[in-house]
This record gives sequence, structure tokens and C-alpha cells, in this order.
Amino acid sequence: MNNFEPIIGLEIHVELKTKSKMFCGCNADYFGHEPNTHCCPVCLGLPGALPVPNRRAVEWCVMLGLALNCEIPLLSKFDRKNYFYPDLPKGYQISQYDKPFCVNGWMEIYIKDVISNEVRNPGSIAAVKNIRFARSLANARDDNGSKKTIRIRRVHMEEDTGKLLHGVVNGEKCTLIDFNRSSVPLVEIVTEPDIRSSDEAKIFLKKLYQIIRYLGISDADMVKGSMRLEPNISVGIAASPSAPRNDNNKESELPSYKVEVKNINSFNFVKKAIDYEIERQIEILERGEIPKQETRGWDEKKGITYSQRSKEEAHDYRYFPEPDIPPIRWTTDQITKYKLQIPELPDKKLKRFIKEYGLSEYDAAILTEEKEVAEYYESGIKNYELRIKNEKVNITPKIIANWIINKKVNISRVTPEELVKLISQKQQTVQIDEKELDKIIDEILSDNQKAVNDYKAGKTQVLMFLLGMVMRGLAGKGDTALIRKLLEKRLQ
Amino acid sequence: MELYQLSLKELIEGLKDKKFTRKEILVSFYTRIQKINPIVNAFLTVIGGNNWNDKEGELSGIPVGFKDIYVTKDIRTTAGSKVLENYIPQYNSTVVQKLVSKGATIVGKTNQDAWAHGSSGENSDFAPTKNPWNIDYVPGGSSSGSAVAVAAGMCPVAFGTDTGGSIRLPASFCNVVGLKPTYGRVSRYGIIAMASSHDSIGHFTRTVYDNALILNMTAGKDPCDATTSNTNVPDYTKNIKNGVKGLKIGLPKEYLAKGIDPNVEKIFKQVLQKYEGLGAKIIDISLPHTEYALAVYYIIQPSEVSSNLARYDGIRFGNDRNRFGQEAIRRIMLGTYTLSAGYYDAYYLKAMKVRTLLIQDFKKAYEKVDVIITPVSPTLPFKFGEKTDNPLAMYLSDILTVTMNLAGVPALSIPGGFVRGLPVGFQIVGPNFSEDLLYQVGYAYEQVTDWHKQKPKL
Amino acid sequence: MRDMVKDKNSLTLEEVKHVAKLAKLNLSGEELLKFQKQLSGIIDYINKLKEVNTDEVEPTSQVTNLENVFREDEVKPSLTQKEVLSNTNSSYNGCFKVKAIFQE
Repeated sequence: MNNFEPIIGLEIHVELKTKSKMFCGCNADYFGHEPNTHCCPVCLGLPGALPVPNRRAVEWCVMLGLALNCEIPLLSKFDRKNYFYPDLPKGYQISQYDKPFCVNGWMEIYIKDVISNEVRNPGSIAAVKNIRFARSLANARDDNGSKKTIRIRRVHMEEDTGKLLHGVVNGEKCTLIDFNRSSVPLVEIVTEPDIRSSDEAKIFLKKLYQIIRYLGISDADMVKGSMRLEPNISVGIAASPSAPRNDNNKESELPSYKVEVKNINSFNFVKKAIDYEIERQIEILERGEIPKQETRGWDEKKGITYSQRSKEEAHDYRYFPEPDIPPIRWTTDQITKYKLQIPELPDKKLKRFIKEYGLSEYDAAILTEEKEVAEYYESGIKNYELRIKNEKVNITPKIIANWIINKKVNISRVTPEELVKLISQKQQTVQIDEKELDKIIDEILSDNQKAVNDYKAGKTQVLMFLLGMVMRGLAGKGDTALIRKLLEKRLQ
Repeated sequence: MELYQLSLKELIEGLKDKKFTRKEILVSFYTRIQKINPIVNAFLTVIGGNNWNDKEGELSGIPVGFKDIYVTKDIRTTAGSKVLENYIPQYNSTVVQKLVSKGATIVGKTNQDAWAHGSSGENSDFAPTKNPWNIDYVPGGSSSGSAVAVAAGMCPVAFGTDTGGSIRLPASFCNVVGLKPTYGRVSRYGIIAMASSHDSIGHFTRTVYDNALILNMTAGKDPCDATTSNTNVPDYTKNIKNGVKGLKIGLPKEYLAKGIDPNVEKIFKQVLQKYEGLGAKIIDISLPHTEYALAVYYIIQPSEVSSNLARYDGIRFGNDRNRFGQEAIRRIMLGTYTLSAGYYDAYYLKAMKVRTLLIQDFKKAYEKVDVIITPVSPTLPFKFGEKTDNPLAMYLSDILTVTMNLAGVPALSIPGGFVRGLPVGFQIVGPNFSEDLLYQVGYAYEQVTDWHKQKPKL
Repeated sequence: MRDMVKDKNSLTLEEVKHVAKLAKLNLSGEELLKFQKQLSGIIDYINKLKEVNTDEVEPTSQVTNLENVFREDEVKPSLTQKEVLSNTNSSYNGCFKVKAIFQE
């Protein structure tokens, strides 16, 4: 029997959330606005208009490349990618061909136990998924067999196209075009075909998403289309089951074909599309045929991929250097400056949380899942450190972590300061140990012999008086229910 | 003397001295256009009536013409092509905006070879412009209408574009002064792109001084054009009278090789004698890669054209691609082919490398000389239809002008004389951003000749 | 790959058809033949570049010598929807309208 092995690469498009578009001053926040209201001569491709690149977009592209461990070639340029489509106003897309901003990067992913976790945690809500993901990371960390490096071929800068809407007007099928999205900055990330399963693909994408969100350069909102995923899949035959392929295959070992699945908008759909394709392709290979090299669409309702009739038999993009934009040359100082601007990324933060705050990997993974949560947590820690100096409270970073992870505090409503206050109140409540409480109750009872007698005589309402006295003795920090119970016991 | 016969300088000074009014100027030119345009067909659109710009500025009362490749807000802009026969732009090009804000009145949009593809004006999708010196002859192209408008007294200043000689050639054929500035000196924003890495934005005037006055207003960095330069913009009239005594003028041997009409050569030799008489030194130089320039040009230029004309799909503006004329189709096809898979390295990449050698030729030459002088056209103006069936023969009209566009250097075309009543010009070519020097050299010649004072009889 | 260098001096009719398709031009049979002849003539002429040794030469794609020209990330006014649509006669609900592009 053949030992089939999926060979998967990913192309990911991410819209940057700059204020203005890539090559003109139109507002880049186009989503949900009236059609064709965020357009100017440049992004509409009017005769005579010229592009001028957005500095911030280019810097963010470089920063993403750096976050993905890319080399930043000192000389880079834009190129024209020529093709006709109604959503492409100039008849070419300004993109990058042979001198992209970032090349030869890599990302480490942790893959152990993903599948078993899927089975153990069949829940579907986002929170559960996140925790499951964090756990799979935590379980896998430091386990050499489960750490894998996915190489990143390039990260380059380009512009988005307009949006096509298909509909019927006056009984006639037609396509409507809105150019608000035209020329919104778009970064394309291309991996090497180092991925071997749909799970690896999903883990890679989630981590990429996490990094992009950490950098704050895009919402990466897949529903809105600001992050678009395109896996390319082929199935090869591994040399022998006992000698599995090396992760980093040479080009020559790759299958002779490749199937690209276009524009998928969720990690789960990517996983499903890859699984579907692997099965479909293996079926063809088992018949002794070779799957056709093509671009396929993803039908999320049916859960299948489908052949997209190619509009042109041959794509020939006729790339050439964009004459309207001078090349970009970085100095090493500039690159260093961009490196310094990159915030602490999830992997590093996770390790630091473990080391600095004594957290378990599991907790640290959940807290660093999103930058906002991690920052909230650290802000809480700073607050408690202040409190530790002023008051004698007994809170640990672990306790704050537990609160955030388990109590599900709404971090958008409760400030870190409020959270720490809340925790410290609760902590003090339970901190008073019963021996001390017994001592105070003894004192109160002997000091108030009359009330004790009254109680025993049936005037049970004096209990509230005694309770008040004990609370006063505890400076209001006591747990009233507990004290009441203890008092009743003693007075019996 | 009629007001329409005055130079820009004379008009501005006359206004200052209250010799005449703005209205008198505009009426004089407008009347002239009404009379002459039906004969020479220099304007595709004439803006008449009372559409005068009442903005106060240096150019208040001065009529200007723009080649129909300059985008003008609310004024039809065709690029000489049926694809854009009804296109009304939503914005102004930077140069138009600059001129209008200085008070200039746009009197019309001038005729041209469609998309600036051509050396004779015959590729206009409407009807060709005629040479005012003899209407059986072509005026040169592609900025034919603007050259003729100035030569025939329909406006003192008209704007053109020079991608491979499209200002200098018609200037030479029509006996006017035409500047191809350094690439990046004047903004290309809002000027319909032909070949983006060559397109230079210049203008026609009757005198060298007028030409310098206008460059003072158009030159400079434009935030809307990333290829414009920050290089300081001097007052181009400041050193104009400094003369050429002791100046080293380079004479490149490759520009007088085979294929030059003996009549053109004769006039050119007389020009050199004048300069020697003025105290300049003529120095023989070589620009060794010159013979390859046209081949480089006819790879890079159509490649860029094929991409720049892709936006004309009839969706957002204009008619669809079926309305392209034969020359546009030819260049789109040629450029698509040279960029296509399998050919890029042999053609486009190779051409870009030879382009580097052409630039080095000029750099080396300017170590020895201050400016270079050459003829503009290898031939006299030719008759209509003479070259229309042979595209390659037509392309060869640009053989002495394309090199400057490939190298980016500035060049000024100056009237140099007449042969059988037809004008012959020459060009002064300088290092990047040496327009002030070109004006100085051109002005010195103009002062000792009176070609520029001759007027065509219409 | 595009790096493959082909050596030839004329175009076949098939190539002319392919190029016309890439350029989105509808040409008649007569036009195709005419351009085959004319383009072959021009290609033959530009092939003279092969004589030039460019082994050690860097390509020039820009003559400006400029580098790093950017605009700051600032929002400027856009055109109105009416202006955007002012040069088309095929629009619907604020969008440009074209014949259906089939995507099954």
C-alpha cells in the first residue's frame, strides 16, 4: 500500500488597518460604507493618476516580516502584476515580484496532542477552543518531537482590489463593482510547502493571527475579509514508512501538481478544505491518475471544494518594475529601529510569564493568547505589587491568573485596579483563620455575659448584637455567615 | 502688430504698462483661433465665449493651450483617442492646476497622435493637425496641436509631453522653442501616461525667454508624483543672458552618421558656426551606444504602454478596448509580447541594461563638455501619408530624440533655419537639472538669429 | 519560468493570437496577419540589442535616482459617489454595473 503524504503550503492575505489607503489618501476603513464613496483618481485608476506609497503600511509589512524571522533585503521595489479583471481598475495590481520586503523567515509551531485534544474537548464555543489550543501548546512545549518549523518564503506588500457583487438587475444577471476596497494595503505571506496536515495548517494560521494581532497592524477579521486564507495542497508518496520525509523538502521532491483553494475565511474551513482535498487527491492517485493542477473554490455549506473554471487558459502576469514608484532602500539602522518597535511576541511572553510569575504553561498560554489579556494581567500584577507595599495582603500572580482564567472577568469592564481590589477583599475574608476567630468570639462572649444569658433565656434576637460585636472586632473583614454559625454553636 | 503675435514676455510687460487689457489679449487670440484652427486643426476642443479665468496672478489674461493628454476638470480630455472621446475628467493635473491658479486661461485642448503614439500627428483618432508652414506637410508629433498653436499665433504658450521626442520634433518642424525637461523636473500627475519612465512634461513658446518663464512655474516636487525631484528650482531666466563664451559644446559623432538629410546637416553646421562665432568651443565626442537607443526605446516604451493602457476597459470611463486605433494596438501588442513569459529577459531586461549603458554614455560625455548639440530630426518635415504604411520608418523619425528620454536628461529644441520654406530645429542637451544652462545656450543663439521672428503665412 | 530565453526573429500567428488575448484585444483575422508581419519586422529590428555585451551591467528601471519616496498615513478627501460614477452610463445603486462574470 502507498504511503501518502500531504504537502501543504499557505498563502495568506492580510489587510492592514492604516488610516489611509496604500497609494492614495482615501480612507482605508471601507467596511460597511456606501459603495464608491472612498475613491479618488488614484484608487479608481483614472487616466493620469499616480500612486504614492503609504509609509506606515510599508513599515508594518517590514515589522510583520521581522516578527516572522524574515531577512529584510536592503533594496526592495514595487512591480506591476498585469491582468484584466473588473475589480482591478488599473488593469494591473501594484505588488512585489523579485524583490519583496521580507524573505526567508520561519515560524515554530507546537503540534503534539492536537488531535487527542480535539476528541477530549468536543466543545465548540470560542473560549473552549482557545483553552484547548492553549493546552495543546502547553502540553507540547519543550517536547522536541512536537515542535516544528514552518519556513516562510516571503512577505510582500500589495494593494487590494475592488469588491464584486453578483446580482440580478431588471431580470438580467450582472456584476456590480464597488471600489471602496480598491488599493487598501494588503500584505501577502507565503509559506514553503512544509505543512503536512490540516492540523498543522490550522495551528500555523492561529499563531500567525495571534502575531498579527499582537503587532496591532490588522484586525485580521476573517468575517470582514481582512484576513484571507489560501492553502495549496498536493499529495506525495513518502519514500518509506520507516524513513519519513524530512520536513524541509527540496523542490524536486514535490509532487508535479498543486491545487490551490481560494479565499477561505475561517481556520476551521481551511482545515476542512485541506482534509477534503487530501481525500479527493488520494482517491485520484489510487486510481493511478494525477490530480489536475488547478484553482478550486470552497463551498462551506456542502463542505467540499469545487473546480473553478479558469477564465483564461494561461496566466501571464507580465511583471515589470513599477516605474511610478522609486525603489526602497533600508539602512541597517532603520531595520534595527523597526525591530525595536516590535512588541514582545506570544512565545517570548509566555516563557517570561512562566519564569517571572511562576505560572504553569497552561495558564501562561491562555493569558498570552491575546495581547490585551496579557497586558491586563501584567497591569493587575503591577497594581498588586503596589498594594503589597501599602497593605498586608496575600495575593500571588497565580491567584490573579486564576481569577482571569476561571472567573472570566470582563476585562473591558473591570479595570485591573478594580480586579486586584476585589481579589484582595475576597482574599482577606477567607484569610482570617478559625483559631483567631474563636479567640475573638471567646472575648466577646465573656465581655457580654448579659447578652449570652438573654440568648439562653430565649431572646435569640441578641445574636445580631453579638455578631455585630464580633464583626467590629474583626474590623469588618469577617464572613458573617461563618461567624453566625460559630456563635450559634457556642451559645447552644 | 496684432496682440496674438506678441511673445509671452511682451504680453506680460504690455499688461503691466497698461498698453492693452487682458480682455483685448484674450479676444485677439480667440479670434485668431476661430480663423486659423479650421485650417490647421490644432485644437480638438476650443473653450471660447467668456470662459476666462478671472483669478489674479502672473498669468492673468494669458491664454494657454494644453495637449489633450493633460487631464482638465470638467473639460473633455481625449488623449487624441476615440476611447476617450466623451471623457470629462473629475480632476485637474498638477500642471494645469498650477497654471490656472496663476490666472492663465485655458483656451483649448490641442490635437495629438492618439495616446502620444506618433511622430507626425497623423495618428490622431480625430483628424491630423497640419503644418502651418505648408499644410501639405506634417507638423511632427505627438504634441502636434500645441506646437502648431504656438507657431500659428493661437496662444503664446502651449503644453506638450515628450516621451521619445514628442515636444522637440514638432517644435523643430514648426519653428518654435520646445523643452523636454529632466525626467522628474515637472509633475506627471494628471497627465495620461504613455511610457511612465520616459514621459517628460514640457511646453512650447516662441522664444527661449518665454520658455524659461513657464518652467519657473511648472518645475518642482509634487507630493502626488513620487518621481518628481526635490532638486532646487532656480529662476530659469536669471542667467539666461550670460552667453556661451568659453562654453564647451559637445558634438557627438553618432548623431551625424548615415541617414541624416544633407539639408538638415547643412543647417546644423551653420548652427555650429554661429556658436563658434559666439566664443563657444565645439568638441568632438562620442556617445557609443547611440545606435542601440531606438531598439531599447521600442522595447521599454511599448511594454509600459501595454500596461498603462490596460485601465481603458470601458467600465469606469470611456469606451471599450475595441475603440483603440491601429498604432495603440500595435504598441500594446508589442509591449505585451516583450513582457510575456519566456521573453522578458531577452527583451525587457536586456533593454534595461542597455539603458544603463546609454546613461553612462552621457555621464562620461559631461565630464568633457558642458552641453551637447545635435539635430532634432534626421529629415525635413515630410508629407502626409509618406510613412503611415511603414511603422518602422515612422519610428526612425525619433532616432535622434529617444536617447534623452532613456537617459532622463533635459533637451531644448530651438529654431535653426529653413529649407524650402520648411523649418529645421536643433537641440541642446545637458546634464540632469541643467535647464538653466540650456536656456542660456539657446538664448545666445536666438539673439544672433531671427528664425524665431518668422511667422507662417496662413 | 520566464527566465528562459528564446531566440527568434518572427512571431507565429498563434503567438499573435495569444498576445491579443493577453492584451484583451479583439482582432480580426486580417488584423492578426497584419500585426504578425509588422511585429515581426520590429522584433527583427530590436534584436540588434543582442550585439551588446551587458554581462556586468545593472538594469535601469528608473532614471530619477530617487529612493524611499513615501506619503504619510493621512486621510484626504475622496471624490463623491456622483463624481466617481460621472463617466459611466452603466451603474446601479451606487455601483458600476457590468455583465455577469460567471463564477460557479
